[in-house]
Amino acid sequence: MTRHSPRTAKLHDLASARAGDKGDTASIAVIADTREAYAAIKAQLTPERLRAEFPDRFRGPVRRYELPALLALNFVAERALDGGVNASLNLDAHGKALSYLLLGMEIELPGG
Amino acid sequence: MAQDATAHARTIRIGCGAGFSGDRVDPAEDLARRGALDYLFFECLAERTLAAAHVGMAEGRPGHDPHLSRRLTPVLAPCREAGTRILTNMGSADPMAGGEAAAEIARGLGLQGLRIAVVTGDDVAALLTPDMKLMDAEGTLGEVGLPMIGANAYLGAAPLVDGLAEGADLVITGRIADPALALAPLIHEFGWGDADWSRLGAGTLVGHLLECASQITGGYFADPGRKDVAGMAWLGYPLAEVGADGAAVITKLPDTGGLVDRRTVLEQMLYEVHDPAAYLTPDVTADFSGVAITQAGTDRVSVHGASGHARPEGLKVTVGFAGGFLGEGEISYAGPGAAARARLAGEVIRTRMVELHGCQDPIRVDLLGLGALLTPTEGAAAPDPDWEALAPEVRLRVAVRSRSRELAETLAREVEALWCAGPAGGGGARGRVTQSVVTRSVLIDRARVRPQVKVITA
Repeated sequence: MTRHSPRTAKLHDLASARAGDKGDTASIAVIADTREAYAAIKAQLTPERLRAEFPDRFRGPVRRYELPALLALNFVAERALDGGVNASLNLDAHGKALSYLLLGMEIELPGG
Repeated sequence: MAQDATAHARTIRIGCGAGFSGDRVDPAEDLARRGALDYLFFECLAERTLAAAHVGMAEGRPGHDPHLSRRLTPVLAPCREAGTRILTNMGSADPMAGGEAAAEIARGLGLQGLRIAVVTGDDVAALLTPDMKLMDAEGTLGEVGLPMIGANAYLGAAPLVDGLAEGADLVITGRIADPALALAPLIHEFGWGDADWSRLGAGTLVGHLLECASQITGGYFADPGRKDVAGMAWLGYPLAEVGADGAAVITKLPDTGGLVDRRTVLEQMLYEVHDPAAYLTPDVTADFSGVAITQAGTDRVSVHGASGHARPEGLKVTVGFAGGFLGEGEISYAGPGAAARARLAGEVIRTRMVELHGCQDPIRVDLLGLGALLTPTEGAAAPDPDWEALAPEVRLRVAVRSRSRELAETLAREVEALWCAGPAGGGGARGRVTQSVVTRSVLIDRARVRPQVKVITA
C-alpha cells in the first residue's frame, strides 16, 4: 500500500473553539465539525503538542477532557495567562484570543 | 405566571438580561416586555468587577454595581406588570447599598411596595487567617505580601431561595455562584431537595448556559464565512423554558438578531468549564458529560441529561489585594518603516523608564496587529522582520504594573511625550492608569459562612 504525503488543514477549517479564564488558568474548548475531523483532531491536538508548539504560552500543566458524543475536546491550561486578568500585562489579559491560537494550527487529514 | 396549567407539564421561563457589568441594556428591556418570563436575572459580577468595586468603595464611591440604575430602571415596571421576578448580583461589594439604591429607583418609578431581598454574608474578610493555603498559587494567604482589600465567598442558591420564599420581587446579592441566579428560582418553583444532585446539576447547567447572556445567542461566536450570525447589532438575549426534571429548551425572542443552535449551546456549555464531569459550585458538583443537545426548532435547542454529585465541602473565596497600578500608553505609526519606528519608540520608553525613572517593574512593549495578543509577556519568540516590514500601520503599546502610581503615570506621560520627542510621524497618542487588584482564591469551611437575607420595601 502506497503511503501518500498527508493533506493538512487549518484547525479553523475543521473545528470551532471558545476560550475562557478563571484566575491564571485558561480553558479552551475545541469542537469538531464532523466525526472524521474529531478523530483526526483527537489524535493530533494533544496537550504535549500544545506545549511543544507554544512553549512560551503553555508553561504549566495542560489537561485535556474528551467529550466524544459531542465531538468536543476541552483543554485546561494552568499558568497560561501571565497571572490572570488582574495581573497580566497582556492587552488580552483574559486570554480571549487563545481560541484562535489553536485554530491556526495545522491538522493532518487521513487518506491524503 | 406558569405557562401551563397542568402541573406535570409546567415549565418555568427564565431569561438572562446581562452577562457582565458592561453588557448591553436594551435586550433585557425587550425580555421584560415581551418575554412572558417568570424570572429575569442579571449576572454582572466578574472577578475583575468585584475587585474594581472594592477599589471604588475604598475611594468613597458606592460599592454596588455602577450600572445598577441604568440597568434596572427600564425593567422594573414591565417586570412588575408581567409578574416577573428579578435576581441579580449587582450588589457587588455592598449588596445593602445596592438594595437601597434599587428601592430608591422603584419609588421614583411609582413602584411603591416593591419587595427587595438583600443577600449579605459573602464578605468573609474577617474570617480569613494568614495560614490559609492558596488554591491557585503556591503558598499561603499571608505570603502574598500585599494589602488585602476584600474577600468574598461564592454563596450558593439557598439565601436566594429564602428571599423568593419571602415574596421578593427583586433579589440582590454580592458574590454568588453565577448559575445560582437561575438555580434558585428553579428550586423555589419545583421544590427540589437539598441533595437532589441530579436536578441541582440540571438546574446548574441552565444557569451556566444563560449566565453569559448573548454568548449563547450568537455573541462570542460570529466568525464571518465560517459561523455567520445575522443581526449582531440586535442580538436577542436568551431565555430557558425549564421543566420540573431540569431539562430545558434554550431560546430567544422572535424578531431579534442572532441565533440559538446546537453550536452556540455547546460552545457555551464548555465555556470556563474545567472537568465537564465535575463543574464545582457551592450547590452541587454538576456533571455535564452526559448532556444531549438537540435542535428542537428554529432558535430552539433542547438540553437534557445533566446530572450531579454531592456538593464540595469548602466554599471558594476570592481574595483581592491592592496590586498597584497598570500604566499604559499607545501611539501609532503608518507607512514605510512603520514597525521599525514603533520598535524604536518602544526602546526609547524602556530606556527612559529604567535609566531615568528607576523603574524595576516588568515593562511590556507590543506592536498591536503584529502578534500582541497571542504572545506572552516574557520569553516571546522573536518577530519575523520581513512580516513586520510589510505592516502598513502599527500601534505601539507599552504597559507597566507598579506599586507606585507615580511610575505608572510616568509611563503614560512618557508615551505621550513621543508626539514630539519620538520617531517621525507618531500619531494618536493615549495614556491611562488603572488601579489594579491581584486576586487569589482560598477555600473556607461552609459552616463558617452565614448568609443573611433582609427584605426591604420600596
